[in-house]
Amino acid sequence: MTLTYAQVWWLILGLAALTALIKAAGPVLLGGRALPPPVTRVIVLMAPTLLSALVVTSVLAAGRSWSVGAHTVGVAVAALMLWRRCPLVLSVLVAVLVTAGLRAL
Amino acid sequence: MRAEGGEEQHASFRRGLRLGLPFAAVGFFLSVSFGVLARQAGFSVAQASVTAMIVFAGSAQFAALSVVTAGGGIPAALTAGSLMNARFLAMGIALAPSLPGGPWRRAAQGQTVVDSSWALAHRGDGTFDRWLLFGTTLPQYVAWTLGSVVGAVSGDLLGDTDRLGLDAIYPVFFLSLLIAELRDRVSRRVALAGALVALALVPLAPPGIPILAASAVALVGVVRRAG
Repeated sequence: MTLTYAQVWWLILGLAALTALIKAAGPVLLGGRALPPPVTRVIVLMAPTLLSALVVTSVLAAGRSWSVGAHTVGVAVAALMLWRRCPLVLSVLVAVLVTAGLRAL
Repeated sequence: MRAEGGEEQHASFRRGLRLGLPFAAVGFFLSVSFGVLARQAGFSVAQASVTAMIVFAGSAQFAALSVVTAGGGIPAALTAGSLMNARFLAMGIALAPSLPGGPWRRAAQGQTVVDSSWALAHRGDGTFDRWLLFGTTLPQYVAWTLGSVVGAVSGDLLGDTDRLGLDAIYPVFFLSLLIAELRDRVSRRVALAGALVALALVPLAPPGIPILAASAVALVGVVRRAG
């Protein structure tokens, strides 16, 4: 890291302010108005697209390249468990153990 | 908007607290890993802890941290974090009609959105149960803050977190939310398409952009269904 101690504080404050602004923007700008039905349908579908994009990029990408690692295997095992309705905490625990186990080999 | 009785609000809030607990447990360890990584990058204990307390957005924190760890500056780190946060813009727009009050009150209520609480508070018809949202977020905020303090303080003892497999926590967390969203064929298709778009853009765009671009798939999904 090339940032100074003071610069890290500015980064933290900046990120907090931007996050708060982004989270406030929708509720403030839209007021209490209801959205037209087609917009609502887009929003309903936005959750699965954003979530699946987050998952695949966190498992199959490192920076700007595709990558597969021990955590890819760990997450895949947890995915199967979640699909079979195992509890979240148990699935996460198995994912961590499989990942750590593979890295220890 | 439906009228809310005080008792109904209370029940929603308590149900949210219960629903939020497993996410809080997972979030705790995720935040521990953030604290450790932030210390390794050169943050002080106070800096690592305050980040979790006042930013309270996991993907943005990890994105900004990875930029500065790689030697990037403040503008690049803020951009990466904000791009990760861009999904909250979409979530906030969706949530807006379900929030009462003036601009300040609405802005304050909007701060309680995190991925899991937003997804769980969604009634499946485009409206949201805001008390369920608040309830689900509260234990996660407490756990997130505690986790970062524990991680920041114990970071030097734990050493290399890669060895511990903590980086597997974050994807599983989002995966569990995704599975709950795959209600019908259309949502499964857009989820698959979003994943492919994001992966295809990984080598072409800076981190954060592929995820944002994937959300455009939701538009295509609706247009195709209408046509």
